[in-house]
Amino acid sequence: MAHLADLARIDLDDAELDHLAPQLNVILEAVASIGAVGDLDDVPPTSHPVPLTNVFREDVVVPGLTAEQALSGAPEAEDQRFRVPRILGDEQ
Amino acid sequence: MSEQLIHKTAAELADALAAGETTSVELTQAHLDRIAAVDAGVHAFLHVDAEGALAQAAESDARRAAGEARHLLDGVPIAVKDVLATQGLPTTCGSKILEGWVPPYDATVVRRIKDAGLPILGKTNMDEFAMGSSTEHSAYGPTRNPWDQTRIPGGSGGGSAAAVAAFEAPLALGTDTGGSIRQPGAVTGTVGVKPTYGGVSRYGLVALANSLDQVGPVTRTVLDSALLHELIGGHDPLDSTSVDAPVGAYVEAARQGATGDLAGLRVGVIKELAGDGWQAGVMARFAETVELLEKLGAEVTEISCPTFVHAMATYYLILPAECSSNLAKFDAMRYGLRVVPEGDPSAEAVMRATRDAGFGDEVKRRIMIGTYALSSGYYDAYYGQAQKVRTLISRDFAAAFESVDVLVSPTSPTTAFPLGEKLDDPLAMYLQDLATIPANLAGVPGISVPAGLADEDGLPVGFQVLAPALADERLYRVGAAVEAALTSRWGGPILAKAPNLEGPR
Repeated sequence: MAHLADLARIDLDDAELDHLAPQLNVILEAVASIGAVGDLDDVPPTSHPVPLTNVFREDVVVPGLTAEQALSGAPEAEDQRFRVPRILGDEQ
Repeated sequence: MSEQLIHKTAAELADALAAGETTSVELTQAHLDRIAAVDAGVHAFLHVDAEGALAQAAESDARRAAGEARHLLDGVPIAVKDVLATQGLPTTCGSKILEGWVPPYDATVVRRIKDAGLPILGKTNMDEFAMGSSTEHSAYGPTRNPWDQTRIPGGSGGGSAAAVAAFEAPLALGTDTGGSIRQPGAVTGTVGVKPTYGGVSRYGLVALANSLDQVGPVTRTVLDSALLHELIGGHDPLDSTSVDAPVGAYVEAARQGATGDLAGLRVGVIKELAGDGWQAGVMARFAETVELLEKLGAEVTEISCPTFVHAMATYYLILPAECSSNLAKFDAMRYGLRVVPEGDPSAEAVMRATRDAGFGDEVKRRIMIGTYALSSGYYDAYYGQAQKVRTLISRDFAAAFESVDVLVSPTSPTTAFPLGEKLDDPLAMYLQDLATIPANLAGVPGISVPAGLADEDGLPVGFQVLAPALADERLYRVGAAVEAALTSRWGGPILAKAPNLEGPR
Protein backbone atom coordinates (compact mmCIF):
# COMPACT_ATOMS: atom_id res chain seq x y z
CA MET A 1 0.00 0.00 0.00
CA ALA A 2 2.86 2.35 0.83
CA HIS A 3 4.36 1.49 -2.56
CA LEU A 4 1.11 2.43 -4.31
CA ALA A 5 1.01 5.74 -2.46
CA ASP A 6 4.58 6.28 -3.56
CA LEU A 7 3.75 5.55 -7.19
CA ALA A 8 0.77 7.92 -6.96
CA ARG A 9 2.98 10.65 -5.44
CA ILE A 10 0.84 11.01 -2.32
CA ASP A 11 2.63 11.39 0.99
CA LEU A 12 0.43 9.20 3.21
CA ASP A 13 1.37 8.86 6.86
CA ASP A 14 0.87 5.63 8.84
CA ALA A 15 -2.49 6.69 10.24
CA GLU A 16 -3.82 7.40 6.76
CA LEU A 17 -2.47 4.13 5.43
CA ASP A 18 -4.18 2.27 8.29
CA HIS A 19 -7.45 4.04 7.50
CA LEU A 20 -7.36 3.58 3.72
CA ALA A 21 -5.75 0.13 3.37
CA PRO A 22 -8.74 -1.97 4.51
CA GLN A 23 -11.07 0.10 2.31
CA LEU A 24 -8.83 -0.39 -0.70
CA ASN A 25 -8.74 -4.11 -0.04
CA VAL A 26 -12.53 -4.30 -0.04
CA ILE A 27 -12.71 -2.39 -3.32
CA LEU A 28 -10.00 -4.49 -4.95
CA GLU A 29 -11.74 -7.70 -3.89
CA ALA A 30 -14.98 -6.45 -5.42
CA VAL A 31 -13.47 -5.40 -8.73
CA ALA A 32 -11.47 -8.65 -8.95
CA SER A 33 -14.80 -10.28 -9.90
CA ILE A 34 -14.09 -8.96 -13.38
CA GLY A 35 -11.88 -12.01 -13.84
CA ALA A 36 -14.94 -14.26 -13.42
CA VAL A 37 -16.33 -13.04 -16.75
CA GLY A 38 -13.85 -15.50 -18.20
CA ASP A 39 -11.37 -15.62 -21.00
CA LEU A 40 -12.12 -12.81 -23.45
CA ASP A 41 -9.35 -13.33 -25.97
CA ASP A 42 -11.78 -12.82 -28.86
CA VAL A 43 -13.25 -9.59 -27.51
CA PRO A 44 -11.66 -6.31 -28.59
CA PRO A 45 -11.11 -3.77 -25.80
CA THR A 46 -13.12 -0.52 -25.74
CA SER A 47 -11.22 2.61 -24.75
CA HIS A 48 -13.90 5.08 -25.86
CA PRO A 49 -17.61 4.54 -26.38
CA VAL A 50 -17.51 6.20 -29.80
CA PRO A 51 -14.87 5.43 -32.42
CA LEU A 52 -12.04 7.93 -32.24
CA THR A 53 -10.68 9.55 -35.35
CA ASN A 54 -7.81 11.97 -35.71
CA VAL A 55 -8.99 15.55 -35.71
CA PHE A 56 -7.20 18.11 -37.84
CA ARG A 57 -7.61 21.83 -38.25
CA GLU A 58 -6.24 24.41 -40.62
CA ASP A 59 -2.68 25.42 -39.79
CA VAL A 60 -3.52 29.00 -38.90
CA VAL A 61 -2.72 31.07 -35.82
CA VAL A 62 -5.58 31.33 -33.33
CA PRO A 63 -5.54 33.34 -30.12
CA GLY A 64 -4.32 31.54 -27.00
CA LEU A 65 -3.68 32.46 -23.39
CA THR A 66 -1.27 35.30 -22.70
CA ALA A 67 1.71 34.53 -20.47
CA GLU A 68 0.02 36.52 -17.69
CA GLN A 69 -3.16 34.46 -18.02
CA ALA A 70 -1.27 31.17 -18.09
CA LEU A 71 0.68 32.17 -14.98
CA SER A 72 -2.34 33.63 -13.17
CA GLY A 73 -2.88 30.48 -11.08
CA ALA A 74 0.78 29.64 -10.50
CA PRO A 75 1.89 29.10 -6.90
CA GLU A 76 5.05 31.02 -7.81
CA ALA A 77 6.18 32.79 -10.98
CA GLU A 78 9.24 34.74 -12.01
CA ASP A 79 10.25 36.42 -15.27
CA GLN A 80 7.09 35.15 -17.03
CA ARG A 81 7.93 31.57 -16.07
CA PHE A 82 6.64 29.04 -13.55
CA ARG A 83 9.00 28.98 -10.58
CA VAL A 84 9.39 25.45 -9.20
CA PRO A 85 11.35 23.84 -6.35
CA ARG A 86 14.64 22.18 -7.18
CA ILE A 87 13.95 19.39 -9.64
CA LEU A 88 16.95 17.17 -8.94
CA GLY A 89 15.76 14.51 -6.55
CA ASP A 90 17.16 13.19 -3.31
CA GLU A 91 18.40 10.05 -5.06
CA GLN A 92 21.14 11.91 -7.00
CA MET B 1 -44.08 38.32 -6.87
CA SER B 2 -40.56 36.98 -6.47
CA GLU B 3 -41.97 33.95 -4.64
CA GLN B 4 -44.04 33.22 -7.75
CA LEU B 5 -41.13 33.87 -10.08
CA ILE B 6 -38.83 31.30 -8.53
CA HIS B 7 -41.48 28.59 -8.85
CA LYS B 8 -41.83 29.07 -12.59
CA THR B 9 -40.10 26.78 -15.05
CA ALA B 10 -37.35 28.13 -17.28
CA ALA B 11 -39.70 27.89 -20.25
CA GLU B 12 -42.30 29.99 -18.40
CA LEU B 13 -39.66 32.53 -17.40
CA ALA B 14 -38.53 32.76 -21.02
CA ASP B 15 -42.14 33.44 -22.05
CA ALA B 16 -42.56 36.02 -19.28
CA LEU B 17 -39.40 37.81 -20.44
CA ALA B 18 -40.55 37.73 -24.05
CA ALA B 19 -43.96 39.12 -23.06
CA GLY B 20 -42.34 41.90 -21.03
CA GLU B 21 -44.00 40.69 -17.81
CA THR B 22 -40.72 40.59 -15.95
CA THR B 23 -37.09 41.53 -16.42
CA SER B 24 -33.94 39.50 -16.13
CA VAL B 25 -32.78 41.73 -13.28
CA GLU B 26 -36.03 41.08 -11.39
CA LEU B 27 -35.89 37.34 -11.74
CA THR B 28 -32.14 37.09 -11.19
CA GLN B 29 -32.60 39.10 -7.98
CA ALA B 30 -35.48 36.82 -6.97
CA HIS B 31 -33.21 33.80 -7.24
CA LEU B 32 -30.37 35.55 -5.41
CA ASP B 33 -32.83 36.40 -2.61
CA ARG B 34 -33.89 32.77 -2.45
CA ILE B 35 -30.24 31.67 -2.26
CA ALA B 36 -29.66 34.14 0.55
CA ALA B 37 -32.71 32.78 2.38
CA VAL B 38 -32.19 29.02 2.09
CA ASP B 39 -28.63 28.20 1.06
CA ALA B 40 -27.17 28.41 4.54
CA GLY B 41 -29.14 25.20 5.12
CA VAL B 42 -29.06 23.54 1.69
CA HIS B 43 -25.48 24.53 0.79
CA ALA B 44 -25.97 23.98 -2.91
CA PHE B 45 -23.53 26.76 -3.81
CA LEU B 46 -19.78 27.02 -3.29
CA HIS B 47 -19.70 30.49 -4.78
CA VAL B 48 -22.48 33.00 -5.50
CA ASP B 49 -21.75 35.79 -7.98
CA ALA B 50 -24.55 38.24 -7.21
CA GLU B 51 -22.79 41.22 -8.74
CA GLY B 52 -21.80 39.41 -11.95
CA ALA B 53 -25.22 37.82 -12.38
CA LEU B 54 -27.04 41.14 -11.95
CA ALA B 55 -24.69 42.85 -14.41
CA GLN B 56 -25.32 40.10 -16.97
CA ALA B 57 -29.05 40.41 -16.27
CA ALA B 58 -28.99 44.17 -16.86
CA GLU B 59 -27.21 43.62 -20.18
CA SER B 60 -29.82 41.04 -21.11
CA ASP B 61 -32.63 43.47 -20.33
CA ALA B 62 -30.96 46.14 -22.47
CA ARG B 63 -30.65 43.68 -25.37
CA ARG B 64 -34.26 42.64 -25.05
CA ALA B 65 -35.45 46.25 -24.90
CA ALA B 66 -33.53 46.87 -28.13
CA GLY B 67 -35.17 43.84 -29.72
CA GLU B 68 -31.86 41.99 -29.79
CA ALA B 69 -32.43 39.01 -27.49
CA ARG B 70 -29.88 36.36 -28.43
CA HIS B 71 -31.79 33.25 -27.43
CA LEU B 72 -35.11 32.13 -26.00
CA LEU B 73 -33.37 31.73 -22.63
CA ASP B 74 -31.58 35.11 -22.79
CA GLY B 75 -31.94 36.52 -19.29
CA VAL B 76 -32.96 33.29 -17.54
CA PRO B 77 -30.40 32.67 -14.76
CA ILE B 78 -28.48 29.42 -14.37
CA ALA B 79 -26.18 27.69 -11.87
CA VAL B 80 -23.01 25.91 -12.99
CA LYS B 81 -21.37 22.86 -11.43
CA ASP B 82 -17.99 23.76 -10.02
CA VAL B 83 -16.18 21.27 -12.29
CA LEU B 84 -16.73 23.53 -15.33
CA ALA B 85 -14.16 26.25 -15.97
CA THR B 86 -15.61 29.75 -15.66
CA GLN B 87 -13.36 32.66 -16.57
CA GLY B 88 -13.30 35.12 -13.69
CA LEU B 89 -15.21 32.85 -11.29
CA PRO B 90 -13.58 30.38 -8.88
CA THR B 91 -13.53 26.76 -10.03
CA THR B 92 -12.58 24.36 -7.25
CA CYS B 93 -14.08 20.99 -8.29
CA GLY B 94 -14.98 20.67 -4.60
CA SER B 95 -11.29 20.19 -3.80
CA LYS B 96 -8.84 21.97 -1.52
CA ILE B 97 -6.17 21.51 -4.16
CA LEU B 98 -7.99 24.06 -6.37
CA GLU B 99 -9.18 26.40 -3.61
CA GLY B 100 -9.34 29.91 -5.01
CA TRP B 101 -8.35 28.94 -8.55
CA VAL B 102 -9.87 31.29 -11.13
CA PRO B 103 -9.59 29.81 -14.63
CA PRO B 104 -8.27 32.05 -17.40
CA TYR B 105 -10.76 30.56 -19.87
CA ASP B 106 -14.36 29.34 -20.17
CA ALA B 107 -15.54 25.80 -20.78
CA THR B 108 -17.30 25.63 -24.15
CA VAL B 109 -20.67 25.01 -22.47
CA VAL B 110 -20.09 28.03 -20.22
CA ARG B 111 -19.15 30.12 -23.25
CA ARG B 112 -22.39 29.04 -24.94
CA ILE B 113 -24.62 29.98 -22.01
CA LYS B 114 -22.79 33.31 -21.65
CA ASP B 115 -23.15 34.01 -25.38
CA ALA B 116 -26.86 33.22 -25.15
CA GLY B 117 -27.20 35.72 -22.29
CA LEU B 118 -27.98 33.48 -19.31
CA PRO B 119 -26.78 35.18 -16.09
CA ILE B 120 -24.60 32.81 -14.01
CA LEU B 121 -25.80 32.79 -10.40
CA GLY B 122 -22.82 30.88 -9.09
CA LYS B 123 -20.96 27.56 -8.87
CA THR B 124 -22.55 24.52 -7.32
CA ASN B 125 -21.20 22.06 -4.78
CA MET B 126 -20.04 18.58 -5.75
CA ASP B 127 -18.12 15.57 -4.55
CA GLU B 128 -14.40 16.29 -4.93
CA PHE B 129 -13.51 15.98 -8.64
CA ALA B 130 -16.97 14.40 -9.11
CA MET B 131 -16.04 11.26 -7.16
CA GLY B 132 -19.04 10.25 -5.12
CA SER B 133 -22.78 9.74 -4.95
CA SER B 134 -23.66 11.98 -2.03
CA THR B 135 -21.77 15.31 -2.30
CA GLU B 136 -20.29 14.42 1.09
CA HIS B 137 -16.84 14.12 -0.48
CA SER B 138 -16.81 17.88 -1.14
CA ALA B 139 -13.90 19.49 0.70
CA TYR B 140 -16.28 22.35 1.54
CA GLY B 141 -18.96 20.36 3.35
CA PRO B 142 -21.96 18.45 2.02
CA THR B 143 -25.03 19.76 0.26
CA ARG B 144 -28.24 18.84 2.05
CA ASN B 145 -31.34 17.42 0.35
CA PRO B 146 -34.14 20.02 0.22
CA TRP B 147 -36.65 17.20 0.94
CA ASP B 148 -34.92 16.34 4.22
CA GLN B 149 -31.84 18.24 5.24
CA THR B 150 -30.44 15.31 7.21
CA ARG B 151 -30.13 13.37 3.96
CA ILE B 152 -27.84 13.36 0.93
CA PRO B 153 -28.84 15.17 -2.29
CA GLY B 154 -27.09 12.55 -4.41
CA GLY B 155 -23.80 13.05 -6.13
CA SER B 156 -21.57 14.03 -7.48
CA GLY B 157 -23.81 16.85 -8.72
CA GLY B 158 -25.83 17.23 -5.52
CA GLY B 159 -25.32 20.98 -5.58
CA SER B 160 -26.86 21.49 -9.01
CA ALA B 161 -29.79 19.17 -8.27
CA ALA B 162 -30.46 20.72 -4.85
CA ALA B 163 -30.24 24.24 -6.35
CA VAL B 164 -33.07 23.55 -8.79
CA ALA B 165 -35.05 21.46 -6.25
CA ALA B 166 -34.86 24.29 -3.69
CA PHE B 167 -35.89 26.89 -6.32
CA GLU B 168 -32.52 28.63 -6.01
CA ALA B 169 -32.07 28.37 -9.79
CA PRO B 170 -34.43 27.44 -12.64
CA LEU B 171 -31.63 25.73 -14.55
CA ALA B 172 -28.25 24.20 -13.78
CA LEU B 173 -25.43 22.48 -15.59
CA GLY B 174 -24.20 19.13 -14.31
CA THR B 175 -21.77 16.45 -15.39
CA ASP B 176 -22.40 12.72 -15.43
CA THR B 177 -19.56 10.18 -15.34
CA GLY B 178 -21.43 7.26 -13.74
CA GLY B 179 -24.74 8.87 -12.77
CA SER B 180 -23.76 12.24 -11.30
CA ILE B 181 -26.62 14.05 -13.05
CA ARG B 182 -29.26 11.31 -13.01
CA GLN B 183 -28.91 9.97 -9.43
CA PRO B 184 -29.07 13.44 -7.80
CA GLY B 185 -32.09 14.13 -10.03
CA ALA B 186 -33.74 10.95 -8.74
CA VAL B 187 -33.21 11.64 -5.04
CA THR B 188 -34.20 15.33 -5.23
CA GLY B 189 -37.33 14.93 -7.38
CA THR B 190 -35.84 16.78 -10.34
CA VAL B 191 -34.96 16.04 -13.97
CA GLY B 192 -31.43 15.25 -15.16
CA VAL B 193 -30.11 14.26 -18.56
CA LYS B 194 -26.84 12.59 -19.53
CA PRO B 195 -26.51 13.19 -23.28
CA THR B 196 -24.88 10.80 -25.73
CA TYR B 197 -21.09 10.71 -25.22
CA GLY B 198 -19.69 13.38 -27.52
CA GLY B 199 -23.04 15.15 -27.85
CA VAL B 200 -21.97 18.03 -25.59
CA SER B 201 -18.46 19.49 -25.51
CA ARG B 202 -16.16 18.48 -22.67
CA TYR B 203 -13.69 21.32 -23.33
CA GLY B 204 -13.14 23.08 -20.00
CA LEU B 205 -14.75 20.30 -18.00
CA VAL B 206 -12.07 19.28 -15.49
CA ALA B 207 -11.84 15.63 -16.48
CA LEU B 208 -12.59 12.85 -14.04
CA ALA B 209 -12.66 10.06 -16.64
CA ASN B 210 -12.44 11.30 -20.21
CA SER B 211 -14.12 8.30 -21.81
CA LEU B 212 -17.13 8.50 -19.44
CA ASP B 213 -17.74 12.21 -18.65
CA GLN B 214 -20.62 14.15 -20.22
CA VAL B 215 -22.06 17.59 -19.47
CA GLY B 216 -25.85 17.78 -19.29
CA PRO B 217 -28.92 19.70 -18.10
CA VAL B 218 -30.25 19.72 -14.53
CA THR B 219 -33.79 21.14 -14.32
CA ARG B 220 -37.25 20.73 -12.81
CA THR B 221 -39.01 19.81 -16.05
CA VAL B 222 -38.27 17.73 -19.14
CA LEU B 223 -38.98 20.67 -21.46
CA ASP B 224 -36.45 22.84 -19.60
CA SER B 225 -33.82 20.13 -20.01
CA ALA B 226 -34.58 19.99 -23.72
CA LEU B 227 -34.20 23.77 -24.05
CA LEU B 228 -30.87 23.73 -22.24
CA HIS B 229 -29.61 20.65 -24.09
CA GLU B 230 -30.25 22.29 -27.47
CA LEU B 231 -28.30 25.34 -26.27
CA ILE B 232 -25.21 23.52 -24.97
CA GLY B 233 -25.13 20.62 -27.43
CA GLY B 234 -23.44 20.31 -30.78
CA HIS B 235 -20.01 20.01 -32.30
CA ASP B 236 -17.01 21.73 -30.73
CA PRO B 237 -13.67 21.74 -32.56
CA LEU B 238 -11.94 22.13 -29.17
CA ASP B 239 -13.08 18.64 -28.08
CA SER B 240 -11.65 15.85 -30.23
CA THR B 241 -14.36 13.43 -29.05
CA SER B 242 -17.16 15.84 -29.92
CA VAL B 243 -19.59 14.29 -32.39
CA ASP B 244 -19.81 16.27 -35.63
CA ALA B 245 -23.58 16.04 -36.08
CA PRO B 246 -26.43 18.54 -35.83
CA VAL B 247 -28.16 19.00 -32.46
CA GLY B 248 -31.38 17.00 -32.22
CA ALA B 249 -34.89 18.44 -31.99
CA TYR B 250 -35.19 17.87 -28.25
CA VAL B 251 -37.72 20.61 -27.56
CA GLU B 252 -40.01 19.33 -30.28
CA ALA B 253 -39.66 15.78 -28.89
CA ALA B 254 -40.53 17.00 -25.39
CA ARG B 255 -43.60 18.87 -26.65
CA GLN B 256 -44.70 15.83 -28.64
CA GLY B 257 -44.18 13.52 -25.64
CA ALA B 258 -46.22 15.81 -23.41
CA THR B 259 -49.28 15.08 -25.55
CA GLY B 260 -49.18 11.64 -23.96
CA ASP B 261 -49.21 9.45 -27.04
CA LEU B 262 -46.61 6.68 -26.97
CA ALA B 263 -48.43 4.38 -29.40
CA GLY B 264 -46.04 1.93 -31.01
CA LEU B 265 -43.10 2.75 -28.73
CA ARG B 266 -41.22 -0.41 -27.73
CA VAL B 267 -39.98 -0.31 -24.14
CA GLY B 268 -37.59 -2.82 -22.55
CA VAL B 269 -37.44 -3.28 -18.78
CA ILE B 270 -33.86 -4.23 -17.84
CA LYS B 271 -34.12 -7.51 -15.96
CA GLU B 272 -30.77 -7.22 -14.19
CA LEU B 273 -31.58 -3.88 -12.52
CA ALA B 274 -33.85 -5.21 -9.77
CA GLY B 275 -33.72 -7.68 -6.89
CA ASP B 276 -31.75 -7.69 -3.64
CA GLY B 277 -30.79 -4.25 -2.41
CA TRP B 278 -33.50 -2.47 -4.38
CA GLN B 279 -35.81 -0.56 -2.03
CA ALA B 280 -39.47 -1.69 -2.11
CA GLY B 281 -40.82 1.85 -2.50
CA VAL B 282 -38.50 2.47 -5.42
CA MET B 283 -39.61 -0.72 -7.17
CA ALA B 284 -43.30 0.06 -6.53
CA ARG B 285 -43.08 3.52 -8.16
CA PHE B 286 -41.06 2.02 -11.00
CA ALA B 287 -43.64 -0.71 -11.67
CA GLU B 288 -46.45 1.88 -11.68
CA THR B 289 -44.57 4.03 -14.17
CA VAL B 290 -44.03 1.05 -16.46
CA GLU B 291 -47.80 0.36 -16.30
CA LEU B 292 -48.37 3.99 -17.15
CA LEU B 293 -46.23 3.64 -20.29
CA GLU B 294 -48.43 0.73 -21.37
CA LYS B 295 -51.55 2.84 -20.83
CA LEU B 296 -50.02 5.51 -23.05
CA GLY B 297 -49.71 2.96 -25.85
CA ALA B 298 -46.19 1.58 -25.39
CA GLU B 299 -45.39 -2.13 -25.80
CA VAL B 300 -43.41 -3.26 -22.77
CA THR B 301 -41.17 -6.33 -22.67
CA GLU B 302 -38.50 -7.56 -20.28
CA ILE B 303 -34.98 -7.47 -21.68
CA SER B 304 -31.90 -9.20 -20.33
CA CYS B 305 -28.56 -7.41 -20.45
CA PRO B 306 -26.49 -10.19 -18.87
CA THR B 307 -23.16 -8.33 -18.72
CA PHE B 308 -24.67 -5.46 -16.69
CA VAL B 309 -23.96 -7.43 -13.50
CA HIS B 310 -20.27 -6.78 -14.20
CA ALA B 311 -20.76 -3.06 -14.93
CA MET B 312 -19.82 -1.98 -11.40
CA ALA B 313 -16.49 -3.82 -11.42
CA THR B 314 -15.77 -2.63 -14.95
CA TYR B 315 -16.52 0.97 -14.04
CA TYR B 316 -14.49 0.92 -10.84
CA LEU B 317 -11.45 -0.22 -12.80
CA ILE B 318 -11.78 2.03 -15.84
CA LEU B 319 -12.70 5.14 -13.88
CA PRO B 320 -9.84 4.96 -11.34
CA ALA B 321 -7.40 4.17 -14.14
CA GLU B 322 -8.43 7.28 -16.05
CA CYS B 323 -8.68 9.51 -12.98
CA SER B 324 -5.27 8.49 -11.63
CA SER B 325 -3.80 9.67 -14.95
CA ASN B 326 -5.94 12.81 -15.15
CA LEU B 327 -5.23 13.96 -11.62
CA ALA B 328 -1.48 13.58 -12.13
CA LYS B 329 -1.65 17.15 -13.42
CA PHE B 330 -2.20 18.40 -9.88
CA ASP B 331 1.52 18.55 -9.20
CA ALA B 332 1.79 21.89 -7.35
CA MET B 333 3.79 23.45 -10.15
CA ARG B 334 1.52 25.41 -12.50
CA TYR B 335 -1.72 26.06 -10.64
CA GLY B 336 -3.53 25.11 -7.50
CA LEU B 337 -2.22 24.39 -4.03
CA ARG B 338 1.49 24.14 -3.21
CA VAL B 339 2.57 22.74 0.15
CA VAL B 340 6.28 23.07 0.85
CA PRO B 341 7.70 20.76 3.53
CA GLU B 342 10.45 22.09 5.78
CA GLY B 343 14.05 22.22 4.68
CA ASP B 344 15.03 22.27 1.04
CA PRO B 345 12.49 19.89 -0.48
CA SER B 346 12.69 18.66 -4.06
CA ALA B 347 9.85 19.27 -6.51
CA GLU B 348 8.79 15.68 -5.99
CA ALA B 349 8.64 16.09 -2.20
CA VAL B 350 6.52 19.22 -2.70
CA MET B 351 4.28 17.27 -5.05
CA ARG B 352 3.76 14.45 -2.53
CA ALA B 353 3.05 16.79 0.35
CA THR B 354 0.66 18.89 -1.74
CA ARG B 355 -1.31 15.90 -3.01
CA ASP B 356 -1.60 14.53 0.52
CA ALA B 357 -2.87 17.85 1.87
CA GLY B 358 -4.99 18.78 -1.15
CA PHE B 359 -6.86 15.56 -1.93
CA GLY B 360 -9.58 14.00 0.22
CA ASP B 361 -9.98 10.31 1.11
CA GLU B 362 -12.13 9.27 -1.86
CA VAL B 363 -9.78 10.90 -4.36
CA LYS B 364 -6.81 9.18 -2.74
CA ARG B 365 -8.64 5.84 -2.80
CA ARG B 366 -9.46 6.09 -6.48
CA ILE B 367 -6.03 7.34 -7.52
CA MET B 368 -4.45 4.40 -5.70
CA ILE B 369 -6.88 1.85 -7.17
CA GLY B 370 -6.17 3.28 -10.61
CA THR B 371 -2.44 3.20 -10.03
CA TYR B 372 -2.78 -0.44 -9.01
CA ALA B 373 -4.96 -1.41 -11.99
CA LEU B 374 -2.51 0.19 -14.41
CA SER B 375 0.69 -1.14 -12.85
CA SER B 376 2.69 -3.69 -14.77
CA GLY B 377 1.77 -7.24 -13.88
CA TYR B 378 -1.86 -6.27 -13.10
CA TYR B 379 -2.75 -4.30 -16.23
CA ASP B 380 -4.10 -7.23 -18.28
CA ALA B 381 -6.04 -8.82 -15.43
CA TYR B 382 -7.67 -5.56 -14.34
CA TYR B 383 -7.70 -2.64 -16.78
CA GLY B 384 -7.33 -4.77 -19.92
CA GLN B 385 -10.09 -7.15 -18.84
CA ALA B 386 -12.36 -4.23 -17.89
CA GLN B 387 -11.97 -2.72 -21.35
CA LYS B 388 -13.11 -6.00 -22.88
CA VAL B 389 -16.10 -6.32 -20.57
CA ARG B 390 -16.93 -2.76 -21.56
CA THR B 391 -17.24 -4.04 -25.13
CA LEU B 392 -19.65 -6.74 -23.92
CA ILE B 393 -21.78 -4.14 -22.14
CA SER B 394 -22.01 -2.10 -25.35
CA ARG B 395 -23.00 -5.28 -27.19
CA ASP B 396 -25.78 -5.90 -24.62
CA PHE B 397 -27.13 -2.44 -25.39
CA ALA B 398 -26.85 -2.99 -29.14
CA ALA B 399 -28.70 -6.31 -28.90
CA ALA B 400 -31.42 -4.80 -26.71
CA PHE B 401 -31.94 -1.84 -29.03
CA GLU B 402 -32.57 -4.24 -31.91
CA SER B 403 -35.87 -5.18 -30.30
CA VAL B 404 -36.83 -2.08 -28.27
CA ASP B 405 -36.67 1.70 -28.76
CA VAL B 406 -35.80 2.59 -25.16
CA LEU B 407 -34.72 0.76 -22.01
CA VAL B 408 -36.05 1.66 -18.57
CA SER B 409 -35.07 1.06 -14.94
CA PRO B 410 -35.23 2.83 -11.61
CA THR B 411 -32.51 5.51 -11.62
CA SER B 412 -31.13 4.58 -8.21
CA PRO B 413 -31.67 1.50 -6.01
CA THR B 414 -32.71 3.59 -2.98
CA THR B 415 -34.09 6.97 -2.05
CA ALA B 416 -31.87 9.58 -0.36
CA PHE B 417 -29.98 8.03 2.57
CA PRO B 418 -28.89 9.85 5.75
CA LEU B 419 -25.74 11.96 5.59
CA GLY B 420 -22.75 10.05 6.92
CA GLU B 421 -24.28 6.59 6.46
CA LYS B 422 -21.96 5.38 3.70
CA LEU B 423 -19.07 7.81 4.08
CA ASP B 424 -16.50 5.22 5.15
CA ASP B 425 -18.06 2.34 3.22
CA PRO B 426 -17.00 3.08 -0.36
CA LEU B 427 -18.51 -0.08 -1.79
CA ALA B 428 -21.98 0.71 -0.40
CA MET B 429 -21.64 4.18 -1.89
CA TYR B 430 -20.64 2.74 -5.27
CA LEU B 431 -23.81 0.59 -5.37
CA GLN B 432 -25.86 3.79 -5.71
CA ASP B 433 -24.71 3.96 -9.33
CA LEU B 434 -25.61 0.40 -10.31
CA ALA B 435 -28.33 1.47 -12.75
CA THR B 436 -26.66 4.56 -14.16
CA ILE B 437 -23.13 3.25 -14.86
CA PRO B 438 -23.89 1.06 -17.92
CA ALA B 439 -24.94 4.10 -19.99
CA ASN B 440 -21.61 5.83 -19.37
CA LEU B 441 -19.63 2.72 -20.26
CA ALA B 442 -21.49 2.41 -23.56
CA GLY B 443 -21.83 6.15 -24.26
CA VAL B 444 -25.63 6.02 -24.61
CA PRO B 445 -27.90 8.83 -23.35
CA GLY B 446 -30.13 8.65 -20.29
CA ILE B 447 -32.69 10.75 -18.41
CA SER B 448 -34.10 10.57 -14.89
CA VAL B 449 -37.60 11.91 -14.28
CA PRO B 450 -39.52 11.92 -10.97
CA ALA B 451 -41.70 8.81 -10.51
CA GLY B 452 -43.28 9.75 -7.19
CA LEU B 453 -42.46 9.27 -3.51
CA ALA B 454 -41.52 5.99 -1.85
CA ASP B 455 -44.17 4.78 0.61
CA GLU B 456 -41.73 3.91 3.39
CA ASP B 457 -39.99 7.30 3.64
CA GLY B 458 -41.91 9.79 1.49
CA LEU B 459 -38.78 10.60 -0.53
CA PRO B 460 -38.49 11.02 -4.33
CA VAL B 461 -37.90 8.10 -6.69
CA GLY B 462 -36.41 8.48 -10.17
CA PHE B 463 -37.40 6.70 -13.38
CA GLN B 464 -34.57 6.21 -15.86
CA VAL B 465 -34.97 6.03 -19.64
CA LEU B 466 -32.02 5.01 -21.84
CA ALA B 467 -31.83 5.34 -25.64
CA PRO B 468 -29.33 4.37 -28.33
CA ALA B 469 -26.39 6.70 -28.98
CA LEU B 470 -27.49 9.90 -30.76
CA ALA B 471 -31.17 9.08 -30.20
CA ASP B 472 -31.46 11.53 -27.30
CA GLU B 473 -34.83 12.73 -28.69
CA ARG B 474 -36.41 9.53 -27.39
CA LEU B 475 -35.47 10.46 -23.82
CA TYR B 476 -37.40 13.69 -24.15
CA ARG B 477 -40.42 12.13 -25.79
CA VAL B 478 -40.76 9.38 -23.17
CA GLY B 479 -39.67 11.59 -20.26
CA ALA B 480 -42.20 14.28 -21.12
CA ALA B 481 -44.99 11.70 -21.51
CA VAL B 482 -44.26 10.24 -18.07
CA GLU B 483 -43.97 13.70 -16.54
CA ALA B 484 -47.25 14.94 -18.05
CA ALA B 485 -49.22 11.86 -16.97
CA LEU B 486 -47.81 11.75 -13.44
CA THR B 487 -48.09 15.50 -12.86
CA SER B 488 -51.72 15.31 -13.83
CA ARG B 489 -52.24 12.30 -11.53
CA TRP B 490 -50.56 14.13 -8.62
CA GLY B 491 -52.45 17.37 -9.31
CA GLY B 492 -49.18 19.32 -9.68
CA PRO B 493 -45.42 18.97 -9.87
CA ILE B 494 -43.76 16.64 -7.40
CA LEU B 495 -41.79 19.50 -5.81
CA ALA B 496 -45.09 20.98 -4.59
CA LYS B 497 -44.92 18.18 -2.00
CA ALA B 498 -41.43 19.12 -0.81
CA PRO B 499 -41.19 20.87 2.55
CA ASN B 500 -41.13 24.66 2.62
CA LEU B 501 -37.57 25.65 3.37
CA GLU B 502 -37.30 28.20 6.08
CA GLY B 503 -34.64 30.83 5.84
CA PRO B 504 -32.05 31.27 8.56
CA ARG B 505 -33.38 34.63 9.64
